[in-house]
Amino acid sequence: MISLAGRDIMHSWGKFVFTGLGLGLLIGITLSMAGIYRGMVDDAKVLLDGSGADLWVVQKDTLGPYAEPSSIYDDVWRGLRGMPGVEEAANITYLTMPVGTRDGAVRAMVTGIAPGGPGTPGWPPHLVAGRPITRGHYEAVADVASGLTLGESIQIRRHTYTVVGLTRRMVSSGGDPMVFIPLKDAQEAQFLKDNDAIREQRRRTAENPAFQRPGVPGLLEAISASQGANPYVNAVLVRVKAGHDPEEVAAAIRRWKRLTVYTRYQMEDILIGKLIATSSRQIFLFLVILSVVSSAIVAFIIYTLTMGKIREIAVLKLIGTKNHTIVGLIMKQALALGLIGFVVGKISATLLMAPIFPKYVLLLPLDSALCLAIVMAICLLSSTVAIRIALLVDPAEAIGG
Amino acid sequence: MTPRGLRIQGLKKRYGSGDAAVDALKGVDMTVAPGEVVGLIGPSGSGKSTLLKCLGAVIEPTAGKMALGEDVIYDGEWKVKDLRALRRDRIGFVFQAPYLIPFLDVTDNVALLPMLAGVPNAEARHRATELLRALDVGHRAKAMPSQLSGGEQQRVAIARGLVNRPPIILADEPTAPLDSDRALAVIRILNDMARQFDTAIVVVTHDEKIIPTFKRIYHIRDGVTYEEAGQRRTP
Repeated sequence: MISLAGRDIMHSWGKFVFTGLGLGLLIGITLSMAGIYRGMVDDAKVLLDGSGADLWVVQKDTLGPYAEPSSIYDDVWRGLRGMPGVEEAANITYLTMPVGTRDGAVRAMVTGIAPGGPGTPGWPPHLVAGRPITRGHYEAVADVASGLTLGESIQIRRHTYTVVGLTRRMVSSGGDPMVFIPLKDAQEAQFLKDNDAIREQRRRTAENPAFQRPGVPGLLEAISASQGANPYVNAVLVRVKAGHDPEEVAAAIRRWKRLTVYTRYQMEDILIGKLIATSSRQIFLFLVILSVVSSAIVAFIIYTLTMGKIREIAVLKLIGTKNHTIVGLIMKQALALGLIGFVVGKISATLLMAPIFPKYVLLLPLDSALCLAIVMAICLLSSTVAIRIALLVDPAEAIGG
Repeated sequence: MTPRGLRIQGLKKRYGSGDAAVDALKGVDMTVAPGEVVGLIGPSGSGKSTLLKCLGAVIEPTAGKMALGEDVIYDGEWKVKDLRALRRDRIGFVFQAPYLIPFLDVTDNVALLPMLAGVPNAEARHRATELLRALDVGHRAKAMPSQLSGGEQQRVAIARGLVNRPPIILADEPTAPLDSDRALAVIRILNDMARQFDTAIVVVTHDEKIIPTFKRIYHIRDGVTYEEAGQRRTP
């Protein structure tokens, strides 16, 4: 038996291809939306992986340092390093801000990393070009997504830094590229005020009668000095010794240091479950809307194609064609349309949409397979209206009168 | 009554019920012998199409008897379980317009019927090609229906009606869209095929050009048939 659906598609291939193209662009957008969500999740995981930490020690009762501001003293890490099960502990600061470049400014997550070297928690795990930070001040390592190049000078607050190394896929959970600078510079940048503000603060402090104590010489100078310093960091990253349970180490820190500690699993839950939860819901809603629109389009197209063949269907039924052959004709056409749409969608999402999208778009093969299954299911479902009409066609319509 | 061909006795068809009931056929009698082409003529609303639909097992008569060859197919109720198979294997249709399947080439338009009956593709195409040659359209075997002239399309439609070697062909105004020469050519073909394949053919027509070509004519008026011996002229 010949394939009636195949012959019909070959006969009117232009109609199918152009319809498939339109549907494909819609499917491409759907795939891209799923890819954006996957990209957001991957960004979050990469951020955690890149930190090289097993535990995040943050200000008590906060969700810091990524989901909520957190501030702890920068000498806490010394006490943590001496606790059982702790292999390494390092301060870290995060500040999302515009970084001045020769072309203007790029929004980046400026990360202050503690002195040490590659392998220290918080340091970028690998570089794609250049070298790690070796000086105590004014050197930076930037992610390639920032568009910065080796040797380029960047402006963070009032200081100029030289980009000495480049990383790849080191981004914040929001997709902003990371720029690593020495911890002291980052601490200063977090609290640094402009000259007018500093002068105004000193004047107000000097005029405060509480600090004008004749019996306490040097009090005013000490207070002024403390106001200009920043002894805080956002978190301490802790690496647990091999063979120790991170949860047990975290429990000990919580108990003795009275700080909040998150394990990798908990931090992932904060980033994915809380930080990008709203975006996930928005994307899911978009996916539902796109699926409904796609269904409506496929249903309309298959309905129109079937209505254009009512006389042929009547003839086919009159000459003894079984219902399942006619149902097969319509269903196969719907599936063919879905397949063309999926192929076009996959190509457009991979080659057209993902590369130009400003956020990281991660297209997983599993998502593509799921999308194909959903598209096929939608096409089958959408063809039911046309099938119903075809089955209701009276073979007598082929005979006049 | 002939033992083969088509036999109809007292066939009735009523549409609706009660006061709205309409008797479209009020007791039709008709016999068509194998190899014979008979005309069925009548004005609009006379019951021609209803009779054709009953004969084609598309609608169910209300009463009467129909036999095809030695088999009674209707006697107060359908005596055949699978009406689709009956239409596919034992009744050929030729319509006013050819109604060829636009996405199948000429050969496959004809070969589709035996394929639907389970005949292997190669065998079905062989049968179709032979028949198309016999109908003088063999040279257009690979053409699509849209590439054929009206006369060629109608010959392909006749080939489709004949391909399963049905004992009866129902032709519904097959010459309506054709000019005189082509119309007569189609009737000549139907006569040739009836003789060649021993097929009984009923031609419903309004076409005065071809009416004289029938040996026997059934007039139908108000749901009743009257037989008239035709003054047969060679088409």
